[in-house]
Order: sequence, then structure tokens, then C-alpha cells
Amino acid sequence: MPTYFTREHEWIRVEGDTATVGISNHAQEQLGDIVFAEVPEPGRRVAKGQEAAVVESVKAASDVYAPVSGEVIEGNQAVADDPALVNSDPEGGGWFFKVRLDNPSELDGLMDEAAYRDWVQTL
Amino acid sequence: MSREVHNGPTDETQARGTPYSGDPEGGQGTKPEQLDKLPLDAWHRSRGGRMVPFAGYEMPVQYEGIMAEHLWTRENAGLFDVSHMGQLLIHGRNVDAALETLMPGDFKAAADMKPKYSLLLDDDGGIIDDLMATRRGEDFYVVVNGATKHGDIAAMEKRLPGGVVIDYMKEQALLALQGPKAAEVLETIIPGVGELNFMLGGPFQWQGRSLWISRSGYTGEDGFEISVPANAVADLADAICAHELARPIGLGARDSLRLEAGLPLYGHDLDLGTTPVMAGLTFAINKRRRAEGGFAGAMRILAELENGAPQKRVGFEIEGRQPVREGALVLDPEGNEVGRITSGGFSPSLQRPIAMGYVASHLAEPGTTLKLEQRAKLFEARVTAMPFVPHRYHRKGAA
Repeated sequence: MPTYFTREHEWIRVEGDTATVGISNHAQEQLGDIVFAEVPEPGRRVAKGQEAAVVESVKAASDVYAPVSGEVIEGNQAVADDPALVNSDPEGGGWFFKVRLDNPSELDGLMDEAAYRDWVQTL
Repeated sequence: MSREVHNGPTDETQARGTPYSGDPEGGQGTKPEQLDKLPLDAWHRSRGGRMVPFAGYEMPVQYEGIMAEHLWTRENAGLFDVSHMGQLLIHGRNVDAALETLMPGDFKAAADMKPKYSLLLDDDGGIIDDLMATRRGEDFYVVVNGATKHGDIAAMEKRLPGGVVIDYMKEQALLALQGPKAAEVLETIIPGVGELNFMLGGPFQWQGRSLWISRSGYTGEDGFEISVPANAVADLADAICAHELARPIGLGARDSLRLEAGLPLYGHDLDLGTTPVMAGLTFAINKRRRAEGGFAGAMRILAELENGAPQKRVGFEIEGRQPVREGALVLDPEGNEVGRITSGGFSPSLQRPIAMGYVASHLAEPGTTLKLEQRAKLFEARVTAMPFVPHRYHRKGAA
């Protein structure tokens, strides 16, 4: 399953025509203790680059952008119930939502995992 | 992911030029701020402090994490570096009477070594800064906020009579040790500090260095503030943190602790547009000063004491889990704007969002239900008494 990353620190793991979206380990480290997460409802349409979810730490409020356009299949109720899951397992159980891709070619401009990890080192 | 960094001692300037700051290109077009280094700069970095710009300095916003540091301070002892704050020694002929023209404190009757909270006022009664002033013999030792210290000195020098002199004690660092174990920890290093009661200070010696220590702080907990020569502060910080009950704490937890304690932060909850009466700080104006006036802004402030101020600073409990932060609007049940939030965040001790702000006085009664609006979303809120977490100061006669 290929995983791609955005410059805004979302990750997207693709399986066929659906994908899972979350924020990177680097992002959760920078945010610190996460105290609130709001995930989208199934059926909602999201557009690439637009707000799809909300994450707040003690100090900061952030929007999570959709890395691709599509229809939300599922929001992760587990992170809404226990936002600290985003700190403890950001690139696994701390995912935000699953989406059915409108257009897989939107993935073309994203970084692969190795490129993202290298880039984060430079920040 | 976007990032908006909010209020408190870690204000928006902290994130400028980071991937989350909304200006990921590194703050292009904004003038880079010249930042000074604190005497403990290397000490903070060696202990894993994440340094951010604040009040003209690079300061640690956190070490292990705001939540853990906050809870540690409520249960043990947290060491804060507050050397960015301005330590002033004000002296000269009739210094007490001179200070009384700028502030509403009773400095003439001020007892030796007893810190008093006071407010530097402009001629309209707006707050230029809030501060602690302690008579030390013929002098007053005054601690002002870091971001405002240069402006404070200029404002005071302009308005004080020529015979009164302000020395800015640049060579002094300032530490705060806060928490229920603070006395136990500090007593092992500086025997005798445990004898101080809340809001009492005194001179102490440590390894041949002169310290000034008061039992005071900004967390709602028991604790001490320690003025120490800058060239000795790293040794003292090491000695304190060698105790297993003491850990370094960053600005992030300092903000969440003071918010839970209901304590206002200058530049957010207090500014030139607020008065001591609006801010609920009338305890800082005693009977004699109310009767005699004679301080900057007295006409307006005495009238507000008599008739009430149009707005009041209050606390808010918020429904749900999402923090409501500085800048959110306060709405009445009809949707009219009746105030705004000046500090807000998630309370680590209570595990729910809390906020403070100003609201029209007729809606300031605890229990009043109002709505808050943030980023086009409405939140149910209830006016509540502060502090949110009870103060636990070490008062005279208390166990």
C-alpha cells in the first residue's frame, strides 16, 4: 500500500480507489498534546487542499486538509473519543478519515515516504 | 494541515516561519525580530527545551510536553525561568508618594518585604502593565512583565519626579519554583525559605551569592520567586533540578496554570483598554486610596468603583471538548455581541476547555448562559467564578 505525504504534513495511504488520511508523526510532535479532534461524517465531499478535519492541541488549532478530492467513507470515531491517540499512533490508529478518490492522478504531486522523511529533516 | 497558534505567553509570534504558521516560507515580508538570549539559554537547550520567540527573547515553550509539565507542577515542584521579566529598583526622595501618583497601591503604608500586586495606569485609567512592588528599606523592588518592561521604564521616567531613579537590574535573573512540593525542595538548598508566608519576601545567601526570595507566583500553587545574579542562575537551576521532585517547566504550562488559577495575563486579559475595575482587580486599591484618589486615571476608576464598570472580566465553562481561545466573540441569547474571550484553552487539570474574557456587566453573574463564536461555530458557555482550580497558597496560620 503506497503512502504519500503533503507539504502540510498529512499522510494518505492508498488501497485501490480508497485511501486513509491522517497527520504525520512530525506534525503531532510539533502540535504537542492533542486535546480535540473533529472528523468528517461519511458521505461528505471533500476537495483537495480544503479543510476536512480539525485537530487542536493545548496551544494550537489546526485544520487537516484533504490531500485528494473525494467522498468520505468513514471518520475515525476513536480519535474523536480519545484525541491523544493522534499523539500515540499518528500514522496508524490515529488516522482521521477514509475517502473514495475522485481522481487518482491527484496523488502525482505528493511526496513518497522517503522524500517526506528527508524533507522533514530540513525543517 | 494548517496551524493557528493562540494566546498566552506563547503568542502567534512563536510560530512565524514554521511549517504551521500560515507563512511556511519563513515569514517572508515580516521583519525578523532581534532576539536576545536568556542567561539560562544553554541550560534550557541542554534539557531539551523547545525554544520559541517571546517578549524579545528565545524562551522554552516546553520540555517533555505541556500537559505533563502542567500536572507535574500541580503535584510536585516546577521550575520556571522568568528572567525575561523586568526587575527594577526604584529609589529616591519620597519614592512611595511618587509611585502613588502612577499606581493605585498604598505604597506609603507598605510594610517592608511584603510584595504588593499593583497596576501601572495611564491618565485614563487604562492599564499600562501589572506588576509586583516590594518595599525594601528605602527602595522599591518592582517586577514588571517582560514584553512591556522597556515601555514601563520609559513611561515611569517620563512621569516620575526628577529625584526618583529607576535602576533596571539587568544583571539579575529570575526563577520561579511552584507547586505543593516547592517549599520541601527549596528548603533543602536554601534553609529558612520555608519560614516565609505567602506574599512575604526576604534576602537569602546561597554559596556566597545574595538572593532575594519571595513566597509568591503565577500558578495558584504555593511557591517562590527567586532573584539571583545571572552568573549564578545555571548553578542554582541545576541544584534545584537535582531534587527528584523538581523539573523545568516551559511557557506553555505557565500559561495553562495561570489560566486555571484565574490570573490575568497582560497583553491579553489586561491592556490599555481595560481598567482595574473592569478586570476585577479592585483588591489592589485599598480604602485610603479610594478615599483620597490622587493616582493616574483616578477620576474614571473611582467612578467605576462607585457605579460599576460597563464590562467585567469573568470565567467561562464551555460545553464539549473543543477549546475556545482568545478572540472568540461572546454573544447573548439574541445573538448580539456582548463581549470577547481574552484567554482560553484546554485545562489539563480539569480535562475540559476553560476561558476568560470580558462581558457586559449585566451578563456577568455566575451561572449566566451565553454563546461563544469561534471560526463561525457556536459554543454553549456558562459564566463561572474564578479560579477554575482552587488556589493553594501558604498563608500565615494555615497548616
